Amino acid sequence: MPDTKTKLMVEAIQTGTVIDHIPAGKGLTILSRLQIRNAQARLTVGLNLPSGGSGLKDLIKIDEWRFTENDAAELALFAPDATVNIIEDYRVVKKFSIGLPERFVGVFTCPNTNCITHNEPVDSRFTVIQRPAQPQRSAQVLLRCDYCERSFADTLFTEAG
Amino acid sequence: MPNPLFGRDIVSIRDLSKNDLNAIIDRAAILKRQGAQPLLHGKLVASCFFEASTRTRLSFETAVQRLGGTLIGFSDSGNTSAKKGETLSDSIRMIASYADAIIMRHPQEGSARLAAEVANIPVFNGGDGANQHPTQTLLDLFSIAECQGRLEGLKIAMVGDLKYGRTVHSLAQALSHYSPHFYFVAPQALAMPSYIEDNLTEAGIPFEYVDSLEAVIPKVDLLYVTRVQKERFDPTEYMHLASQYVLRAEMLEHAQPHMKIMHPLPRVDEIHPAVDHTPHAYYFQQAENGVYTRQSLLSLVMNEARIEGEGHADA
Repeated sequence: MPDTKTKLMVEAIQTGTVIDHIPAGKGLTILSRLQIRNAQARLTVGLNLPSGGSGLKDLIKIDEWRFTENDAAELALFAPDATVNIIEDYRVVKKFSIGLPERFVGVFTCPNTNCITHNEPVDSRFTVIQRPAQPQRSAQVLLRCDYCERSFADTLFTEAG
Repeated sequence: MPNPLFGRDIVSIRDLSKNDLNAIIDRAAILKRQGAQPLLHGKLVASCFFEASTRTRLSFETAVQRLGGTLIGFSDSGNTSAKKGETLSDSIRMIASYADAIIMRHPQEGSARLAAEVANIPVFNGGDGANQHPTQTLLDLFSIAECQGRLEGLKIAMVGDLKYGRTVHSLAQALSHYSPHFYFVAPQALAMPSYIEDNLTEAGIPFEYVDSLEAVIPKVDLLYVTRVQKERFDPTEYMHLASQYVLRAEMLEHAQPHMKIMHPLPRVDEIHPAVDHTPHAYYFQQAENGVYTRQSLLSLVMNEARIEGEGHADA
């Protein structure tokens, strides 16, 4: 039943992408990332929609932009458990989960203000490092800048939006 | 065994394997023993110091000339088009069309990696901001191998500013290939960054923090001392810290005979001048080794041929 309600609240699209199961509260962050990528994209957003498993969720529909796995990977820091549905003729033709990529290229600005990427015509590039939990520390995701070699916690990027 | 470094960029110590490190150390020892050879004959090297430096620039340029190479370049960015607003990428592209290799120092982190991506000739990083200074690490490794006769399984104390000192970060990473045991002697405010501790833990390298410099001296093969920078502390705090981390000759009474003291220089007052006259002082030999190490690196990268006497250390 919750799914039917969701469908009623957000109009179906003919062709494009539906990002589903975004943690409630992260929808606007993802929205702003998508607008940076493509200011002309036609977006429909649902916030705090009922979700069977995890209470509430956000959902974004993007008309006429069929996500590749690379497009989706850029959103992995914000919504690691979201699913991506590719729609053609109102039907889901492909479905996949967002996974952390090995690298983020041209997505984030390096937090190190003295990093050369701020002054040069070059895409930022971060290698993703996943640190398993240790006795005194929970598991961590770090992004290491390929240029200045500094590592930053993922929260630094997600909180900055 | 083929030359593993020919044609490569030397940007970060992270890029070098144990085999690469051994090849560089091995050749540095040969060149020191046998004297320089004309391994860069006919090669033109651009020495591009966008930021001033004394030791690094002079020892690199000495190394090029001793190997029979020639130099172009500049010793600070004041007279270059960087001042006019040219991007580093454009400057490097232009310089790369003139020379056979680029040695560079630049005040911004990541500049050497960027230059290496833009240039179609090898780039040697002589320091990119607070990030990497790989040739300092290489000369440290060569000096350690030289004064201890080995690199494997050494007990090493790192003393002073372990937080901001890039030399100790890179050295700790490079030594991780050789199963060391580290003792860190530093005030809490200047402890090793957690990412270095994580790297060591992941590599299974034991390390411990020790409060007393004097207590650790009898245990170790090597003391690597760095400068605690005055400007990071208020004057009273600095006085207190400085008194705890100054190495004096009388503290060496119980040191093992083969124990050596190294320092990346310049030193200020963290090693008392009386220590210079003890058999443990090795920092001036270490500085001299900068030329041999850079000769080794330049010749391995710019000339594919192996030289006589090579091959056993990296086998």
